[in-house]
Amino acid sequence: MTRVALIGAGKMGISHLAILGAHPDVQVVGVADTSKIVTDVLGKYSNFECFADYQKMLDKTKPEAVFVAAPTKFHGSIVKELLQKGIHVFVEKPFCLNVNEGAELVQLAKLKGVVTQVGYHNKFIGTFEEAKRIISSGALGDLQHFLGEAYGPVVVRKKADTWRSKPEEGGGCLLDYASHVIDLLNYLVAPIDKVHGALLKSIYSGNVEDAVYALLETNNKLSGVLQVNWSDETYRKMSTSVTVIGDKGKIIVDATELKIYFKEANCPQPYSRGWNIKHINDFAEEVSFYLRGEEYSAQIDYFIKAIQGKVTNNKNTFESAWLTDSVIDKIKKTKN
Amino acid sequence: MERILFGDNQFFGVNHVSDEKSRAQAIKFKEDKTILRTIDIAREEGVNTFMCTTHDRISNVCDLIRLEPAKYSGFNIYPCMPYAHKYANAVTELGIVGTLKEYVPGNFFGSLFKGGLAFVSKDYMSMMELLIDAEMKMFKGINTPVIFIQNVLTDLIMGLGMKDILKSYHDYIIKKYNAEPAYITMNMPMLLDMLESVGIKNPIICSSINIDGFRMSGGKALYEKTLHEKQVRGIAMQVLSGGATPVKQALEYVCNLPKIESILFGASSRGNIHETVSLIKQFDEKRG
Repeated sequence: MTRVALIGAGKMGISHLAILGAHPDVQVVGVADTSKIVTDVLGKYSNFECFADYQKMLDKTKPEAVFVAAPTKFHGSIVKELLQKGIHVFVEKPFCLNVNEGAELVQLAKLKGVVTQVGYHNKFIGTFEEAKRIISSGALGDLQHFLGEAYGPVVVRKKADTWRSKPEEGGGCLLDYASHVIDLLNYLVAPIDKVHGALLKSIYSGNVEDAVYALLETNNKLSGVLQVNWSDETYRKMSTSVTVIGDKGKIIVDATELKIYFKEANCPQPYSRGWNIKHINDFAEEVSFYLRGEEYSAQIDYFIKAIQGKVTNNKNTFESAWLTDSVIDKIKKTKN
Repeated sequence: MERILFGDNQFFGVNHVSDEKSRAQAIKFKEDKTILRTIDIAREEGVNTFMCTTHDRISNVCDLIRLEPAKYSGFNIYPCMPYAHKYANAVTELGIVGTLKEYVPGNFFGSLFKGGLAFVSKDYMSMMELLIDAEMKMFKGINTPVIFIQNVLTDLIMGLGMKDILKSYHDYIIKKYNAEPAYITMNMPMLLDMLESVGIKNPIICSSINIDGFRMSGGKALYEKTLHEKQVRGIAMQVLSGGATPVKQALEYVCNLPKIESILFGASSRGNIHETVSLIKQFDEKRG
């Protein structure tokens, strides 16, 4: 049993809490949130011990690992405190609002030798995993170009301001939606290290961008386009996809479907020349408890297993999430 | 319950294995009357129960149904609440309290913010009842003998260990709607244990059940064992596991399982509806 606590029981925090609550190898020792209504309901109907002050929770419950799903602006200070105490940390994405702060945490985590992970759950989706396998194998030949996209219906009309409309609190499409795509591109293609131009457009939000368009370049000189818009109501929910083209073929992948075109018969099994279509049910791995998607359970399971020494902790490390933060930072600095 | 239930995913572009198919379906079912026409085809094929989420557009379909009371007199709808994306998108934008303010009817929350939390803290259950009533409003005058909680909510409540909420839901559906409370889940064996622990016996549970073991949390073997050994009124959904296995083989598997009272499926064309219905009948007859 790993003793786990949660800081921040908002949308993602509650989702993590339910998965942790059902996990056979986890004991949830405490939940901290500043909202009275949230701790009140949890205190009344669940068996979790709730706290308004997370420091009190840490002192009293002594968790081995903590999930941080507090607003992004608090990630830096909370995570630092946890690392200094030698606690394993799972933190929601995006990692940090400030790249220097993030770099410091990467170093501190290394020094302390704890297990760290960031909640970029797409890497636990079977279709993206298969895309990673194909691209890494070199089966697409010399890569030429990539396209990373995400669309969804988060802000589809003018509304009252919330934290999402405050750039200093991590609101905005760049940090919320585009971060997922950037992180996935870093993983599937190669680390992005140049931004040649970027447009951050407000559509309905007053103070933050609702769409991000950018020209990118990876550290191996591959060019690509990022196109993300969270004000597109033709999508029922967030839909993320990546297209990569090389001289031997092309791949188009999203969370449900993988489409691969091979120019020649000499391609990896079980694929063949021309178009190949695969679906998530060809790749989804069984989980012991399902909520919203296998990937949410799988990423938590991976983190717990890493703490217990059953897997090597090399997916969604602080380092990879920091790389994503740094691309976000470059986009902000380049924006026209 | 009828042996075959007609589902609604195809009407709202819900496709678990292809975003592209989702869009094609959303285009096809742009008009409410196209949805009703497809429901009519299912009825002509002998499927008289429509199981649907409390999506805004179902409200329009219900309006159309009420216009022809004679035609739809024996017709049943099994509502599944809530339409989760409505709330999920709202929570993303407005936060948890903001969402409750937006959706809990009346001035419930007016009093909350005036009177402070002490007032509301003893009465979360009446808030839940108000939310259920708000979702059920669209079905006024239509038979709704079985009422479901959607899997996202069932599984969330279960993961958080909030057994009493499941029990309160159960009691309220019986008391207020004189209907059978039912549950959709992606974790059937675990849910059955939890429901039994609060005294809910032989519940109606709808879950993914298919030959491929897709979305059967804990494993296909555990599901089969549960169906063989425990008391449950099962409804199998995602029986074609999103379109991967040959239809015949997939349906034969489900038809031969014990405790599966009903099979839920959705389809857009008369050909597919006819094929599925006749195959289920054929396998049921063979089984005897």
